[in-house]
Amino acid sequence: MELSDWLVIPEILPLMLSGLKVTVVITFFSVLTGLVIGTIVGLARLSDNRFLCGLTTAYVEIIRGTPLMVQLFLIYYALPEIGIHLPPMIAGWVAYSINSGAYVSEVVRGGIQSIDSGQMEAARSLGMSWWQGMRYVVLPQAFRNIMPPLGNEFIMLLKDSSLMAVIAVPEVMRYANLMVGRKGGYALPIYVTAGLLYLALTLPLSLVVRRAERGLAKGD
Amino acid sequence: MIELKNVHKHFGQLHVLKGITSTVDQGEVVVIIGPSGSGKSTLLRCINYLEEPTKGEIIIDGIKLNHSATNINRVRQEVGMVFQSFNLFPHMTVMDNITLAPKKVRGLAPSKAEDIAQELLAKVGLSDKAEAYPRQLSGGQQQRVAIARALAVQPKVMLFDEPTSALDPEMIGEVLDVMKNLAEDGMTMVVVSHEMGFAREVGTRVLFMDEGKIVEEGKPEEVFFNPKNERTQAFLGKIL
Repeated sequence: MELSDWLVIPEILPLMLSGLKVTVVITFFSVLTGLVIGTIVGLARLSDNRFLCGLTTAYVEIIRGTPLMVQLFLIYYALPEIGIHLPPMIAGWVAYSINSGAYVSEVVRGGIQSIDSGQMEAARSLGMSWWQGMRYVVLPQAFRNIMPPLGNEFIMLLKDSSLMAVIAVPEVMRYANLMVGRKGGYALPIYVTAGLLYLALTLPLSLVVRRAERGLAKGD
Repeated sequence: MIELKNVHKHFGQLHVLKGITSTVDQGEVVVIIGPSGSGKSTLLRCINYLEEPTKGEIIIDGIKLNHSATNINRVRQEVGMVFQSFNLFPHMTVMDNITLAPKKVRGLAPSKAEDIAQELLAKVGLSDKAEAYPRQLSGGQQQRVAIARALAVQPKVMLFDEPTSALDPEMIGEVLDVMKNLAEDGMTMVVVSHEMGFAREVGTRVLFMDEGKIVEEGKPEEVFFNPKNERTQAFLGKIL
């Protein structure tokens, strides 16, 4: 390997940056749907309805107990065998939403349980419905408490999105692999570039998370 | 206003209320006393259905309580509750604490709800605290806000669950004064409390509960100074 090998970086950078755009977009949408799924599942797991509770508990245990890679392959390679064909981006988005939903639901559940039951009782005693109490009183407090763990979950998701390269989603890792193959080498500068691109996103994010944690610790 | 007919409550094996029958008329201030574990708080919580009675009937202002959601939410608007631990919403200002339910439950316009809140804050002596957050207030101030919050839905009955027992002694008076004013305005009140001064001055009736039953009831002077039941005598002997 020679020092001049690093000059490949400016050459590959435009493609890698377009891959980064896909990484950000797909993570963003997965996070969004994951949050929706996670909140609904988190609430369902706390419900008195045994069927709902059992169903969602099974979902969480299955997703957390199996590798993301398996889930991804099932959705992209196995679903077509029963007639469901999803393009790579959509398959990736579906898999990551389902996966993230399970982890987020645990965070949401913990956040809700950390709120004193007197809060819901006060809301109910004022004539609010269970859902109004959740929406206006419990969830706002719970979400404030779970911002840091949610932030960490999103950082994990951002990094894990690199797995989507194996189902040909045109994100950072996919382009890195393509470049290495096309140029027959340059693995070191290309993968270092890929790593740095992820770092450029995750470092500021974890800084924000740490700041949120400190804000909470101060109790304001 | 409140009718209790043979109300029972079990928590698993524990039989907490063993057939409570009583009536509270409009404008009455009923003070419930009794040792801890006697079921006082559970009875109060049954009256607004925070606990569902295992057996028996509760009728509030002519509406029989059952567990349909519409019924409960409607009845709860008529029954305000003040808790021992205040339970203010910490993420909201005093103003938002008070106006939330009127806006969401009664469907009042924000400006109308704020007018009512200002009036109530003046009544509890906290007009200058509308924009404060609960954590910036003392315990006594928080409890007065909690009373204003419960009043904002314009209930016909107010329940107080040991409203002063989490307070420092010097703050008890300010909360009791607010409750006294409320009683003088004609509010129907049920109060679980051991504040004898309050019971004698404001209470129209005292109920003594022990082991899930109403053991003795009567005018405050009678129950406090001339108790007939020996369990009442023993209990009063300890707290007087």
